Amino acid sequence: MNPMNYLYLSAVLFTIGALGVLLRRNAIVVFMSVELMLNASNLAFVSFADIHGNLDGQVMAFFVMVVAAAEVVVGLAIIMIIFRTRRSASVDEANLLKY
Amino acid sequence: MNAILATSAVDITSPTIEYAALAPILIVLGAAVLGVLVEAFVPQYLRRTIQLVLTFGALAAAFVAVLRARGTVIVAAEGSVAIDGPTIFMQGSILVLAAIAALVIAERHVDPAGDSFAPRASALPGSEQEQAYTRLGWLQTEVWPLFLFAVGGMLLFPAANDLITMFVALEVLSLPLYILAGMARRRRLLSQEAALKYFVLGAFSSAFFLYGAALLYGYSGSMKLSGIADALTADAGQNGLVIAGTALVTVGLLFKIGAAPFHQWTPDVYQGSPTSITGFMAACTKVAAFGALLRIMYVALGGLRFDWRPMLIVIAGLTMIVGTIFALTQTDIKRMLAYSSIAQAGFILVGVVATNEAGLQGTLVYLLAYGIATIGAFAIVTLVRDTTGEATHLSQWAGLGKRSPVVAGAFALFLLAFAGIPLTSGFTGKFAVFTAGIQGGATGLVVLGVVASAVAAFFYVRVIVLMFFNDPAVDSRTAVVVPSSFTTFAITVAVALTVVIGVLPQLVLTLVEQAGIFVR
Repeated sequence: MNPMNYLYLSAVLFTIGALGVLLRRNAIVVFMSVELMLNASNLAFVSFADIHGNLDGQVMAFFVMVVAAAEVVVGLAIIMIIFRTRRSASVDEANLLKY
Repeated sequence: MNAILATSAVDITSPTIEYAALAPILIVLGAAVLGVLVEAFVPQYLRRTIQLVLTFGALAAAFVAVLRARGTVIVAAEGSVAIDGPTIFMQGSILVLAAIAALVIAERHVDPAGDSFAPRASALPGSEQEQAYTRLGWLQTEVWPLFLFAVGGMLLFPAANDLITMFVALEVLSLPLYILAGMARRRRLLSQEAALKYFVLGAFSSAFFLYGAALLYGYSGSMKLSGIADALTADAGQNGLVIAGTALVTVGLLFKIGAAPFHQWTPDVYQGSPTSITGFMAACTKVAAFGALLRIMYVALGGLRFDWRPMLIVIAGLTMIVGTIFALTQTDIKRMLAYSSIAQAGFILVGVVATNEAGLQGTLVYLLAYGIATIGAFAIVTLVRDTTGEATHLSQWAGLGKRSPVVAGAFALFLLAFAGIPLTSGFTGKFAVFTAGIQGGATGLVVLGVVASAVAAFFYVRVIVLMFFNDPAVDSRTAVVVPSSFTTFAITVAVALTVVIGVLPQLVLTLVEQAGIFVR
């Protein structure tokens, strides 16, 4: 199969993720959208690795997975404490800081 | 069979790691790991002392290692890390700034309840559990390993010579800061909200950086910055992939720098975070992020500078204007300093778009000068308090100079340094980047920068007038708390360095001239 198709798919996934971050209200969903963007990047990395015939992109994909796991730990901890404090995980209600 | 084993054994060569050149990074990250073990195995009452010894010992040892590495120009760790003059200067700056910031973070006598962090960040704000922890005098000493991990990431970020290392360093410096931002003892809702905003927007921008890195890799077939530069030389940048990749990577880095239009998180996070952490991240993150931006722009994408330079010129101008205009309207001192740091990022970008050696040197000087004054200013914000915590509303600062002339005087000095008044470090930095900008042909931007500096001087001087020439409100409960020797020492060092760099700029200018340029 033409590897370019995977790149188009990764661009579509990245765009869906970016729109999800901008449009969704729930912090968990926003966070999942960020993960979608990271995984779209991973798909692009491995597709490019296939096109170029070297392993750098695949190595990067592993690093991204590790970093994404670390980000989950930090992110969920922050979202959890906010949810316990406010009984809500909406990013719209976190609006004390302005002007 | 044996032949196959033999040939496959030959294929694997063990990598060479230049430990001496990498020592600063390894020492700091090693101490951070030790710090985690201390949290796991050492009883509560001993932890703070051990963590302080570990932190300051690691920072000092790493600084010695940086001094010993002076003059080294190598690409270490199989091409992943570039140790050259600018890297060494930035690592030295980050370590000095981190040490001053650590002194402020270690302060325990300003807040009557303990240090500036929640006794347990996991306890709900206002809960009985939290009050019990406060009564027991518990401290969240995990701050120190997190701080060291962030410093380790910052040391690696400007040295990263391939996209993998750069991304990992970016995350290693960011993740601990997300947590630290949410750990304030007072105004915990604001602090948690700052952590959430910083995290969501930070992760969003990392994703942009990552997709940009993927496109650059797809364009060049190499993760190494020099490989991308070679690919650019080969086809003169006539490819949509590299333009899109450059744009996305730049967005990710400009977010960390806090340049407009990617600055929206800055005021919220700076205001909500514990003030000692705000000073640390405002100063050190900016040094590290500018280091990475300079390296990727100059080393990897130098062949594309006619494409990215106009974009960065527009962003620099916009950043100055946005930072200055919004700072004029602020009533909260931390928010005002945040917008001022956005404006400063615009001035520093002038050094980046100069695309010459003078621009690189000017950027290095400006970053150091700005970092010292920033940490000093935020350290003073921690001292001005009323009964509920820090008094951050500007009206509460009225007449401060009449009651506490020394503290108000030091704050006035830092504000004058931000404004770039001669005989302060800010003037040295501004002069260096603006001169470089004119040499580099960005005269219009420099003119805009000078005008923005003049406007910015207005709101800095307004605070000075407020402190020295206005009377405090009749019912004012604002008082300057006498800190322990930690903060006193930090502010003294910051004042001394601000004056020294302003009066004897040659000391720093000689250092950056020796630093030379980036290794390829």
